[in-house]
Amino acid sequence: MTKALVSAFALLAATPALAERGADGDLKVLYWQAAAVLNPYLSTGAKDIDAASMVIEPLALVANDGSLIPQLAAEIPTLENGGIAADFSHVIWKLKPDVLWSDGSPFTAEDVKFTADYCRAPDFGCAVLAEFDGIDSVEVLDPLSVKINFSYPKFVPLQAFVGGRTPILQKAQFEGCTGAAGASCSDQNFAPIGTGPFRVTNFVPGDVAQFEANPNYRDPQKPAFATVTIKGGGDAMSAARAVLETGEYDFAWNLQLDPETVKRMEAAGKGAVYASFGTMVERIELNQSNPSSSLPSEERSSAAHPHPFLTDPAVRRALSMAIDRPLMTELTYGPAGSPTCTITPVPAAYVSEDVTCLTQDIEGAKAVLEEAGWIAGADGIREKDGVRLEILFQTTVNAVRQDVQAMVKQWWSEIGVATELKTVEGSSFFGGDPGNPDSLARFMADAQMYTDAYYLPDPASFLDEFTCASIPSPESQWQGSNSLRFCDAAFDQQMAQMHQTSDPAERQRIAREMADIVAIEGHYMLPLIHRGMVSARANSLAGTVPNGWEGSLWNVADWSRAE
Amino acid sequence: MTETDRQRALDTAEQVDATAAAAAVVSGLPPDDPVHAGGETRSQWRDVWRQFRSHKGAMVALVLFVGVLLFVSVGPYLWTIDPTYVDIRARNSGFSAAHPLGTDQLGRDMLARLMAGGRVSIAVGLTAMIIAVTLGSFIGLVSGYFRRLDAPLMRLTELFLALPLLPLLLLMVTLFREPLSQNFGPAMGIFILIVSAIGATSWMQAARIVRGDVLGLKEREFILAAKSIGTPPRRMILRHILPNVLSPIMVAATLGIATAIITESALSFLGLGFPPDFPTWGRLLFDAVDQMVLYPSRVILPGVLISLTVLCVNYIGDGLRDAMDPRIRGR
Repeated sequence: MTKALVSAFALLAATPALAERGADGDLKVLYWQAAAVLNPYLSTGAKDIDAASMVIEPLALVANDGSLIPQLAAEIPTLENGGIAADFSHVIWKLKPDVLWSDGSPFTAEDVKFTADYCRAPDFGCAVLAEFDGIDSVEVLDPLSVKINFSYPKFVPLQAFVGGRTPILQKAQFEGCTGAAGASCSDQNFAPIGTGPFRVTNFVPGDVAQFEANPNYRDPQKPAFATVTIKGGGDAMSAARAVLETGEYDFAWNLQLDPETVKRMEAAGKGAVYASFGTMVERIELNQSNPSSSLPSEERSSAAHPHPFLTDPAVRRALSMAIDRPLMTELTYGPAGSPTCTITPVPAAYVSEDVTCLTQDIEGAKAVLEEAGWIAGADGIREKDGVRLEILFQTTVNAVRQDVQAMVKQWWSEIGVATELKTVEGSSFFGGDPGNPDSLARFMADAQMYTDAYYLPDPASFLDEFTCASIPSPESQWQGSNSLRFCDAAFDQQMAQMHQTSDPAERQRIAREMADIVAIEGHYMLPLIHRGMVSARANSLAGTVPNGWEGSLWNVADWSRAE
Repeated sequence: MTETDRQRALDTAEQVDATAAAAAVVSGLPPDDPVHAGGETRSQWRDVWRQFRSHKGAMVALVLFVGVLLFVSVGPYLWTIDPTYVDIRARNSGFSAAHPLGTDQLGRDMLARLMAGGRVSIAVGLTAMIIAVTLGSFIGLVSGYFRRLDAPLMRLTELFLALPLLPLLLLMVTLFREPLSQNFGPAMGIFILIVSAIGATSWMQAARIVRGDVLGLKEREFILAAKSIGTPPRRMILRHILPNVLSPIMVAATLGIATAIITESALSFLGLGFPPDFPTWGRLLFDAVDQMVLYPSRVILPGVLISLTVLCVNYIGDGLRDAMDPRIRGR
């Protein structure tokens, strides 16, 4: 409801756009994490992708509702217009005619083919290589159409070059940067030539990026701003202050702050915050393997040792029932979150209708545990056959997460489950080093909480993370996306079926069922809060439209100064 | 003649020695018979206490420090609300009868949290200080007294000084958190770990100060005299040297408490200190920073308590040093 209102308002505000290019002067944007490079093929950090999206564009963007908006493409390929082959073996993209790079040279299909080859070069180490999965070859049919051949029928054919993570680079500029040379081409990576509304004038990695309007941009009336400065540094709180209280900046990004503080800042009347809801879901994962420190260290949290009590569906269900998701959301995320029961919160077609988890039921949870034979001992902690319900619950260091931890601990204690809290520094928690005992994949705790997200409306590649084959193990150096060590033959079977299905409605049904197995029915994962990316904009800035799939600056060409 | 009087006489002698003619030396020599001249004897510690009382700042600090200690030790028995109990209906409440110091963003009672937090912070501060000062004084004394050990021990001290403190602490926490919390329980395990980590990384200043003083003392006449009658090193150190370097040790100790409290908050801030539901003053302060504008009392209260404790301890240290160092007495 709020989401719809916000976007309707933003669209209304965006309409008075009859200005000419560069008429609105300077736009000041604050990113409290500064961009390090302007080439998304080298870094998937949102700070880098957002800044790069001012300059380089993909063929199509994903809109907030999950549909596609043609950007450099003339139209979106479909089965009907013949763009997607009937057997899903290839896609043909038709490009917009007369598009020029900011240096005046024409944009052609050669650039698209070059970009695909650039990312797929074997010794390059492309950061978004997964988006090019299944591509066999890219052919230039004529200067304005390009054919992408797949090595197997790909039922999510529109993946590469869709979204700001995979924009088109100019062949002439990047020709010398293929393969191992890619990362060292700093002139190119710091100032790519693009087709977007702006071009780079100055870039200091880790500090500031400055842009000016691209004289060759395809819409002669846009962009409204002559120059843009993206300043990095500081923290979320000071960034919010700079936009909402002092008005020094027009726009600030990623402000995960206490709702009350933000409300107070908004009262100054200089700006407002809005949230873009993508696929970010804050969840608790329940470890299915035994992390007990009595095991030899290499066997802890390995699939060989099942968890003593979290493998019991009744326990998982009770843990989920004890949590009051709406209250938790209101207190910690405010308008930047909404309580959720699923791990695939958007688009609506993929969302299961079961929302019973939104109602807290402490008594019900107790009854579930009683029924399963978990009886409260002398100190109030439930136990069965000598196994006590004691949970070590870890998450990253973050004031909001620590509040959530405190609430969850209290609710679990009310149903007779003891919780010990642990916090891990963020870079250590998300780090991939196999020797790191505190990482998300190593999971040496009973429960852990973090946020995960994915970037395409079709969740197949996201759900694929939870198959038995993706369980981290000593053999895989503890790498693997299935950190909760969930393994269910029925789930894997559904996954295989989904890889064979082309019909969108059928895929949505399978995806819903799979998400249900993991979350709503199985309670292996306890989704808590559907999180939005919160941005602040000055009241004098018009045209910002929330989009959960793309970076905050995705439609910067349409931004203008409100009167 | 008491110990201190004798020292004063020696001091005078030394000063005269340095400034004037050599003739004056004879007058400052101790009498042949150092036995007390009968009558009442005053213990050194009573003397120190008498001197200490005359230091107004130190007395005020002592009273306040005892007050803080009572607040955190006896307080929880009088104010029995659980500091970790989340009462969402009472969140963000101001000063009231039910919650004299208000509640935090989850409705946890601030008074109870300050008491519980103070217990941990002061316990960490005192214990870490004791470890650091004991280790530091020992190394300082040994390296100052035994010439052969001086170079290796001082190089070791320099090695520790050169080590970056926080990364080292992080490494220790990562390596030892698990085994310790297994053996002593999560809270006690992390307490032992933090206290020994802070203690093991902050003894160096004390060691250098003590060594410097010992080197100076070693050349003094009374030491030479003691040596000449064959006093063994152990008694030499305990009886003649240690009492004379007590005042710098005291100062190092008081400063150490402050550093330990602050280092503990830094560790909590990095997520490597106590678990998040374990309040300490440093953590209370850190948690409240975001809401500083809305609820200033949540930052001010733990901040004031930390500053008050540190200031008190410093003043007490100052007073003790003055009281124990006869050269400064009466100034």
